[in-house]
Amino acid sequence: MREFCYRFYKNKLAFLGFIILFIFLVMAIFAPYLAPYDPFQMDPQAMLQPPGADHLFGTDQFGRDILSRIIFGSRISFKVGLISVGLSLIVGVSMGIVAGYYGGWLDNLISRIMDVMFSFPQIFLALVIMAVLGTSSTNLMLAIGLVYIPIFGRIARASVLSIKDSLYIEAANSIGVSNLIIMLRHILPNIMAPIIVQTTLSFGFAIRAEAALSFLGLGVEADIPSWGIMLNQGKDWMEMAWWNAVFPGLSATLAILSFNILGDGLRDALDPRLRNEGE
Amino acid sequence: MRNLLEVNNLTTYFKSNKGLIKAVDGINFTVSSREILAIVGESGCGKSVTAKTILGLIGQKKNEIIGGEVLFKGENLLTKNYREMQQIRGKEISTVFQDPMTSLNPLHKVGQQIAEVLTIHEQISRQAARKQAINILTKVGIPSAASRAEQYPHQFSGGMRQRAIIAMALVCRPDLLIADEPTTALDVTIQAQILDLLQDLRHELKTAIIMITHDLGVVAEISDTVAVMYAGHLVEKAPVKLLFAEARHPYTKGLLNSIPRPGSRKKLEPIPGQPPDLHNLKTGCNFADRCPSVMAKCRQQSPLLKKIAPDHQAACWLYEEER
Amino acid sequence: MWRYITKRILIAIPVLIGISIVAFFLIRLVPGDTVTALLGANYNQEQAAALRADYGLDKPLITQYLIWVKNLLKGDFGHSFFTNQAVSSSIMERLPVTFELMIMSFIYCLLIAIPLGAVASLKKNSLLDYLATIFGLLGVSIPNFWLATILILVFSLHMGWFPSGGFVSFFADPIANLRYMFLPSIALGASVGAVVMRMTRSSMLEILKQDYIEMARAKGVSQKILIISHALKNALIPVITVLGIQMGYLLGGSVIIEQIFSLPGIGRLALQAITNRDYILMQGSILFVAAGFVIINLLVDLIYALINPQIRY
Repeated sequence: MREFCYRFYKNKLAFLGFIILFIFLVMAIFAPYLAPYDPFQMDPQAMLQPPGADHLFGTDQFGRDILSRIIFGSRISFKVGLISVGLSLIVGVSMGIVAGYYGGWLDNLISRIMDVMFSFPQIFLALVIMAVLGTSSTNLMLAIGLVYIPIFGRIARASVLSIKDSLYIEAANSIGVSNLIIMLRHILPNIMAPIIVQTTLSFGFAIRAEAALSFLGLGVEADIPSWGIMLNQGKDWMEMAWWNAVFPGLSATLAILSFNILGDGLRDALDPRLRNEGE
Repeated sequence: MRNLLEVNNLTTYFKSNKGLIKAVDGINFTVSSREILAIVGESGCGKSVTAKTILGLIGQKKNEIIGGEVLFKGENLLTKNYREMQQIRGKEISTVFQDPMTSLNPLHKVGQQIAEVLTIHEQISRQAARKQAINILTKVGIPSAASRAEQYPHQFSGGMRQRAIIAMALVCRPDLLIADEPTTALDVTIQAQILDLLQDLRHELKTAIIMITHDLGVVAEISDTVAVMYAGHLVEKAPVKLLFAEARHPYTKGLLNSIPRPGSRKKLEPIPGQPPDLHNLKTGCNFADRCPSVMAKCRQQSPLLKKIAPDHQAACWLYEEER
Repeated sequence: MWRYITKRILIAIPVLIGISIVAFFLIRLVPGDTVTALLGANYNQEQAAALRADYGLDKPLITQYLIWVKNLLKGDFGHSFFTNQAVSSSIMERLPVTFELMIMSFIYCLLIAIPLGAVASLKKNSLLDYLATIFGLLGVSIPNFWLATILILVFSLHMGWFPSGGFVSFFADPIANLRYMFLPSIALGASVGAVVMRMTRSSMLEILKQDYIEMARAKGVSQKILIISHALKNALIPVITVLGIQMGYLLGGSVIIEQIFSLPGIGRLALQAITNRDYILMQGSILFVAAGFVIINLLVDLIYALINPQIRY
């Protein structure tokens, strides 16, 4: 009975994560209709207003409504997450499959490149890339995407190695199916489980990286309402206006947490071997 | 001869989300010193659970309900706490588990794992414990035991590991050894060697053995007495020769018919059907659904294990009139 | 054993070369010319050319790289464009701060995360276990810079218990040093601690199901020895691997945390170099951070090999 309750509770947790993310997504898509104020509208009459009836989450030093900015902030967070994770997913998985499937010098080369990329602390590497490319949201997506390539590469490579010698691959090979078709039709679907889990978790990483880099002033352009930018500007005023430093971070945490519990739940559901929390 | 171990009406139930699982449901047997008792049955019949309950390895958790008594040298083990059982386990009653590949701790040296048993139970220096560990390793047939003792389990083959585990179980000269499928995971040739080893050690160390197995070949080779277990009940108990010659319970007969005999042209007859789901047992005999000689009475009431001949007990309504 | 160590070090060498290539050429991609930035608006061509020659910037890139590597091998990281201080001495000056920050965060893992994970696994589904699970999830989800902000808001601005930033050397005033380092190390260590706690818990749960644990019980091993010597030791093997990876997070995270708390560490040095476009300092600190990470991982692998006899040498 307890076991059952626990399992149900875990699934419920993952479901909760899904619901929260859905709400964030709706917020991001319909931001202009949902936000009570224009996120860019400055109001000298309402600077640093505490949370109240007019402004649910208060206002910033320019009198902009924080709730509206958070709603618009989910746009940039999800956009950066989607594009950067998409980039690392496609590039990383292709590199991993090729390395694992062909082996030999190609595997060696790709693996060494990934080793080198892995030797840089991720956020640090992203920071350096941003310094090189310059501050902009496009560059940010590129930087975050680049940094997470080796994670996908390694997972894909390891998964390929574990199934490469299976009979069905050998069978396909022996009847003369081309390598490309084998990789796409036979290998890819069979290594999807760990990749789906990693993709979900990576969304959380990407959102955190976006916020962190923007917080340091090396992320998106300063005029975009991003959670990181808001925190960066809010921290200078937090002594008199705590809400500036609290609410944007809270929404970032909530989004990351949701991706994490959804990822954990998916891992339990999709691949018991990867289970990380016991049953 | 006084009984070394006396198991009276032992029950082990597990509470689960699907209901109560009656893994062991009121079994009785005795083991006298130096006897080898084999408990035979299909997987899931409750034989391993019986072993673990005797050792006190089951019964600590909230969902485990134990009943009856297990008298070892006249003392009820089931009323002892973990600390008291600690004194008995490894010293007076020890165990060999099924899978030698997973029963040794991969991070500890083999010699160290054997010496640990001695240092727990006896006032002995590390040096002396090490020496004794090497001695017993030699005794169980491990060549160049002194250097082998310094190795890790992964450097041992399966058969060697099982020998080391037997060494570990016997190093304190226990009165009772519970061997839970000790040969199942091994190659056939190694199996025979391990059984021989157990036979020899029994005489040398004067240890009684409860041999838990599903393999009637093992039973025939090693045991004095056989108890056949089915779905949590003992269904038949007799000395080994008598049982092989004159099995009475339909389940035992079925078991004997389902093993190939060299030279026999008779077709093998597997027992039809599956063992019952222990979650929802029907009233009556648990074997009724698979029994070729099932009667109306079998569906109403469960038969008890009763004496049907000298030294021969069975739990079956077929023999009720003979009493 | 020695063969394994040599092999592991030999594998690290191409990676270190790769790192030096990335550190060097990445920096050359930075838009803008340092020399013109250094000289300001009013400069003439001769001055610029002289300065370029001075720093060897007039030579081809490959030559510049080889010279840089040659000097690196001699322990010479070059000199900063702006302060003219030797990069190696700037790094050495800043290193103790980052090192202390990492060590303190790491201690939380050892003192809190591992015991908590172990206890949670032993008391699975208890209240404590649920709390540990929740803290673990929060810990891996809260961005460290926001946690830092909140810690400052509550414990220094509101309560006034700890300073909100700054640094005093441990050798000058140990108590003050610990007060300055307390909040930063919590902000940095929380996520790593959470990961380690979760890993310890799941790894323990896995180990407790193993046959050899049951076997140890059957041998009469006491509960205490069973948990410490038979279960926890085995459970820590995957945790050690994770710790190595987490060291990277600590290093990367220290850039942000040092910035927030104004701690004069390596991360802040790198960030300053980035903002100032100080080529030499930038590539020096990038190289240092990455090489440090490689060496930490090398050490972790060796420790791993030391406690796990099953590793194939």
